[in-house]
Amino acid sequence: MNTSAVELHVPDGVARERALSAGLWAFLAVVTSLFSLFLTAYVMRLSGPDAAAIEMPRQLWVSTAVLGLGSVMIQRAQLNAAGACAVGFLVAQWWAWQALQADNVVLTGNPAASFFYLLTALHGLHVAGGLVAWANVQAAPTPGRIAICARYWHYLLLLWVVLFAAFTWITPDVARAICGVSP
Amino acid sequence: MAYVIPTHPDEPHHAPQSFWTRYVWSQDHKVIAVQYGCTAIAVGLVGLVLSNLMRLQLGFPGQFAFIDAERYYQFVTMHGMIMVIYLLTALFLGGFGNYLIPLMVGARDMVFPYLNMLSFWFYLLSVIVLMASFFVPGGPTGAGWTLYPPQAILPGTPGHDWGIIVMLVSLLIFIVAATMGGLNYVTTVLQARCQGMTLLRMPLSVWGIFVATILALLAFPALFVSGVMMLFDKTLGTSFFMPSLVSMGQMSAHKGGSPLLFQHLFWFFGHPEVYIVALPAFGIVSDLISVHARKAIFGYRTMVWAIVAIGGLSFVVWAHHMFVSGMNPYFGFFFATSTLIIAVPTAIKVYNWLLTLWRGDIHLSVPMLFALAFMLTFLLGGLTGLFLGNVSVDIPLSGTYFVVAHFHMVMGVAPLLVVFGGIYHWFPKITGRMLDDRLGHLHFWVTFLGTYAIFFPMHYLGLLGMPRRYHHFTDYEFIPASAHAFNAWITVIALIVGAVQMVFVFNLLWSAFRGRKAGPNPWQAASLEWSTPETPPAHGNWGPELPVVHRWAYAYSVPGAPLDFIAQHAPPGEGGAEPTYGGSHEHLGR
Repeated sequence: MNTSAVELHVPDGVARERALSAGLWAFLAVVTSLFSLFLTAYVMRLSGPDAAAIEMPRQLWVSTAVLGLGSVMIQRAQLNAAGACAVGFLVAQWWAWQALQADNVVLTGNPAASFFYLLTALHGLHVAGGLVAWANVQAAPTPGRIAICARYWHYLLLLWVVLFAAFTWITPDVARAICGVSP
Repeated sequence: MAYVIPTHPDEPHHAPQSFWTRYVWSQDHKVIAVQYGCTAIAVGLVGLVLSNLMRLQLGFPGQFAFIDAERYYQFVTMHGMIMVIYLLTALFLGGFGNYLIPLMVGARDMVFPYLNMLSFWFYLLSVIVLMASFFVPGGPTGAGWTLYPPQAILPGTPGHDWGIIVMLVSLLIFIVAATMGGLNYVTTVLQARCQGMTLLRMPLSVWGIFVATILALLAFPALFVSGVMMLFDKTLGTSFFMPSLVSMGQMSAHKGGSPLLFQHLFWFFGHPEVYIVALPAFGIVSDLISVHARKAIFGYRTMVWAIVAIGGLSFVVWAHHMFVSGMNPYFGFFFATSTLIIAVPTAIKVYNWLLTLWRGDIHLSVPMLFALAFMLTFLLGGLTGLFLGNVSVDIPLSGTYFVVAHFHMVMGVAPLLVVFGGIYHWFPKITGRMLDDRLGHLHFWVTFLGTYAIFFPMHYLGLLGMPRRYHHFTDYEFIPASAHAFNAWITVIALIVGAVQMVFVFNLLWSAFRGRKAGPNPWQAASLEWSTPETPPAHGNWGPELPVVHRWAYAYSVPGAPLDFIAQHAPPGEGGAEPTYGGSHEHLGR
């Protein structure tokens, strides 16, 4: 079995990109594990008697669209536009938080709200990390490096869609049904 | 020595020149390994002192007034957390992993050297934060190393105010460090192996560390999740884990949280953690046994698959730590079954070690003594694991010293014996000098016999019903006087074993500067790390040309060969190739 770049006699720059690519796959596995466990905890906790569904703020549709656009832009190697989209996503998430706060949906109390703030914050931190990677690629924008950065961004888009879907559809009633708890 | 590293996956760089870039802000995996190792040993000594303080209280209750109940629980908690995470995990992955992976697979360094350096500095920061908890108001947390809520953050538990926060922050930093290191180890194994080093030619040490790293990458997130949510519960007033309750006569602000959720998350990390420590130990001990018995490891491929199988199974046994939490009997049945299934690949490994020794040319060197002691200790600890893996046996024993004896044997003493064996084995490569043999023998015999004398009697104390987690055992009628005598005896031995570790530390320091000079390959070992052009290996490890590998790492006592080993990079005509099918027969080469 052979996966090693050294064994395959590839030039140094390519070997570096292969290593980055493999390292990124490993990192995506870690992030998948992290958020899967958070979502499992989310379902288990939302099956509790004190959980109540919260209305998703409309701003989330804006942020979803902006993040999707960012993925398209980085795929087309339009780095500046992509960076603007990622910043725009973070701003839109902040806006959504403000809207929830205005509706008196606070961090403490209802676990649905606690999870919403916690998971959007953690996802936002990962997007911010994606901006750090983006800044590194800006310094030396080879096609291989852009592709690796793009893969991470696509992953974060997918992750956001999964989180958004979970917040929308896995309401406390659904969570109770999954866990077999009678309301 | 400032040659450019030609096929380094990172941008080419020259060997660092100044003291600071060479030994402090170093990106060289060998220096980082030593930094990890020294930090882990230092913090491990703190854990050792804490255990001796606990033993003083248990052996001679009331004689040491400063060990009150609060301090005792703080010592228990810090001892457990330090030993499991900050000593064993850090030493096996950050220490042995960092040193051995690039050298054993024929790489010049880890593929992400800068990330590797950050990994160490985050680890050091996590240790500093952890040690700071001794000095915060209220002292470190005394919640027990499992940090179960709700008690971990409620008044009545020592360190519920500051200690628990500091502990959680330290753990989160540690997880970041372990992830940065882990990504490096996995990617290096996959991407930077030299020519000819196929995955199934890698030494078992690398296999053990590789699979353990994958476990760490996937399991530490569970600790991260539980740590973050508990930190939120403590500092921001959420109720992820905290139910509504009356604490000290006051209704708490929390409501609806699930302490059981924490247990699931914690043990989803906690059980793989056992194998994060055990798998590197399995791998390293396989290499020690093979080298010092001058014989190919028996059943190399089954050893690899056993490591992989144990790694996979370790994710589906976590709830056997929670049999007393009141679970559905079918649930308990599933986890008891999966737990017992893990014994199959583990038993395969033990048999293979035994069959490697069979008719081997066994050299009772200090590393070999530690390896043999590991086999005995691990076997004993593993067998009591079969007891505790059964729900009906676990429930009465779970709260007793039987459990303390079991897990100290299987994941405390056994991996530590491998750590010692590994250090005695690779010290000549790291420093170019041998550790002193007489001090090594003294260290070995006192540690091995001593730990047996400490933990073996605890099985009896457990069967007698002596509860664990108690601060003192006076005034309990069901505990006979003989148990108190036993406790005093265990304490005396524990102090002796603790003291002899200072001999080991002295040996490390003294031998590093004054020890007998070692040749490049003092054990006549075949694996690649012993064939570096310089000892200790220079920056970049291999000189101008990377090595090319032609066989596995276990070509020992090959009939017809001039020496009783054939190095992995020796020309192909010298024979000693790995068996072409999964067997372990004495291969004739060619």
